[in-house]
Amino acid sequence: MDKLVLLGDEAIAQGAIDGGISGVYAYPGTPSTEITEYIQRSKIAAQRKIHSEWSANEKTAMEAALGMSYAGKRALVCMKHVGLNVAADAFINSAITGINGGLVVLVADDPSMHSSQNEQDSRFYGKFSMVPVLEPANQQECYDLTYKAFGLSEKYKLPVLVRVTTRLAHSRAGVIRRQLLPQKETMIPEDHTQFILLPAFARKRYRGLLDQQPDMEADAASLGFNMIQQGKDRSRGIIACGIAYNYYMEVATRYQLDHPVLKVSHYPVPTAMLQELADSTEELLVMEEGYPMVEELLTGVLKTKYRVRGRLTGDLPRDGELNPGVVARSLGIQVQEGRDIPQVVANRPPALCKGCSHIDMYNALNEALQPYGPGRVFSDIGCYTLGALPPYNAINSCVDMGASVTMAKGASDAGLRPAVAVIGDSTFTHSGMTGLLDAVIEQTPVTVIISDNSTTGMTGGQKSHATNRLLNICKGLGVEEKHIIEINPLKKHHDENTQIIADELAYEGVSVIIASRECIQTASRRKKEAKK
Amino acid sequence: MKTDIILAGVGGQGILSIAAVIGMAAIDNDLYVKQAEVHGMSQRGGAVQSHLRISDQPVHSDLIPAGSCDMILSVEPMESLRYVSFLSEKGWLITNSKPFVNINDYPDVEKIYGEIRNIPNSLLIDADAIAAEVGSRKVSNIVMLGASADYLGIDFSSLEQSIRVIFGRKGEEIVQMNINALNTGKKAARVQSVS
Repeated sequence: MDKLVLLGDEAIAQGAIDGGISGVYAYPGTPSTEITEYIQRSKIAAQRKIHSEWSANEKTAMEAALGMSYAGKRALVCMKHVGLNVAADAFINSAITGINGGLVVLVADDPSMHSSQNEQDSRFYGKFSMVPVLEPANQQECYDLTYKAFGLSEKYKLPVLVRVTTRLAHSRAGVIRRQLLPQKETMIPEDHTQFILLPAFARKRYRGLLDQQPDMEADAASLGFNMIQQGKDRSRGIIACGIAYNYYMEVATRYQLDHPVLKVSHYPVPTAMLQELADSTEELLVMEEGYPMVEELLTGVLKTKYRVRGRLTGDLPRDGELNPGVVARSLGIQVQEGRDIPQVVANRPPALCKGCSHIDMYNALNEALQPYGPGRVFSDIGCYTLGALPPYNAINSCVDMGASVTMAKGASDAGLRPAVAVIGDSTFTHSGMTGLLDAVIEQTPVTVIISDNSTTGMTGGQKSHATNRLLNICKGLGVEEKHIIEINPLKKHHDENTQIIADELAYEGVSVIIASRECIQTASRRKKEAKK
Repeated sequence: MKTDIILAGVGGQGILSIAAVIGMAAIDNDLYVKQAEVHGMSQRGGAVQSHLRISDQPVHSDLIPAGSCDMILSVEPMESLRYVSFLSEKGWLITNSKPFVNINDYPDVEKIYGEIRNIPNSLLIDADAIAAEVGSRKVSNIVMLGASADYLGIDFSSLEQSIRVIFGRKGEEIVQMNINALNTGKKAARVQSVS
């Protein structure tokens, strides 16, 4: 079979294609974006007419994938960890409805917050919804586990959550493909009430989900994704979850350690395997990327005879991603660090690109706000969040997708004038529109600036649902037409733009300023492609 | 054999093309490869790095352990120093000498060169100047790849071959320019390591 060199994300995508999906649904989000992009570029996916257009947000993606599953076909839905918060309502309830065609929910967590606002651990969502969770350790397992997850999903009639973290999502290695499976035919569920969560039906289905739990645990022990690797040195037993297994093996190979290891890639973790390791070793050391979930499961709150170490005991850091260094130290190895980084090295934080439209928007906004003083700009998630940094220092919040509009509304309700929201075009159609409707209903004095670069910029320039639709969306939501103003954020229009913003800041009602200019990254890419 | 390399630079400088060429050459030689990249927010003009690991044995960790990296290959001088805690005692630091200045407090470049020269196995290559002579400043990343060639543990001809494959769809002219860049980079490194 073919050997490909793939990112973890790409291996997941190839595994899903070869596993016979008919659609992928997603909103871009680091570190999950490359899964959908790979399927969009794939020739086989095109031949098989696999749906791969972006969704407006993670909730619409999750629901559309559930709809495809309802109709009997296999579907993949992908998101970053905080995206699952957006999709949580649909996700948790999909465990109650169950599925028809295999449904895999791929979530990429971002410990160390390389490109995120928190490092929440999606394995808890698996536990919360009581569905099986798979956690690959390497690129081959990304492929294999995704490929097999659809069958597992159909076996239980439940969605299966596959969890990866940044390092695996964005690291390449060789991957061997399996046989390409046929796609499924359209077929409605046998039980016509399965997807109707009226309380009477939902209670029955929930009991069914509870009844399935022992089978899930038994499968996690027998299917082979979890395994106990024997070792002679029983002074310690290692529990290594997902990618943590690689770090342990790196250190074990280098320092010739030979502890028994429970490699965890399938949850719920079988009690029998934990018991076996605990009873045959003097203490347990738990290595997991993210929160100390398994460690907490083992230690509980009451003292037991077992000694368990990990992130909670300080043997590993409580936060941040793992690496070979911290894993070696947790095993009592003195790691030889290299040289100190010379003092002369200056920080080079990410910055808005030269010529970016957000820069001209912020320059005009800052000047217009000067009479009022700082502290009144609520912003959102995207490249324009970099407006928080010098020299702009232009924004005062960045919380979750769409929160700029609603926080500005709440602050305005509390008497803050002017209250400003700065939101990107794609973020606006993701989660900003409903908040704007709230403001319109009450005629709340807020100034909403939609900084429209006609793309989802931060994740690499994906298509934005907002492109050429913003004016009509705002009109449709009921914003007064004379207070929907389009500006061109260019240096040469600075004075004019500043005046427009200043006028709207003074207006006691809802204004929307749409500052439109194409992202310079996508513009130059487009020009290059036009040349070819 | 085992070669652990940290590729360093600023977002947009083309370190992933270097990684792609080395990675393909390694796979063609039936070696194991793992390569961790940085995507997302940091790409916007920030410091970026890639951990590239090549070995004749399976590679476990996607990240290189601190203090054990065999080479830092950088397309920007200050960025080469950001990762010296990873470099092993005998490891090589090979960097482009041309600064990429996109921050206000970019330090005195002579101080940077001083720190680089303090590292026993280091090479400073004016890759931008060499690239301009070869035909385009855009190939300065491949000049740097050439400069590292003697220390990679991979056949030079394999590197040339993967350049042919990777740049092939851009036409013969671009392929030749990159091959020239690779060769000129290698020569420049040899001249410097002797002097």
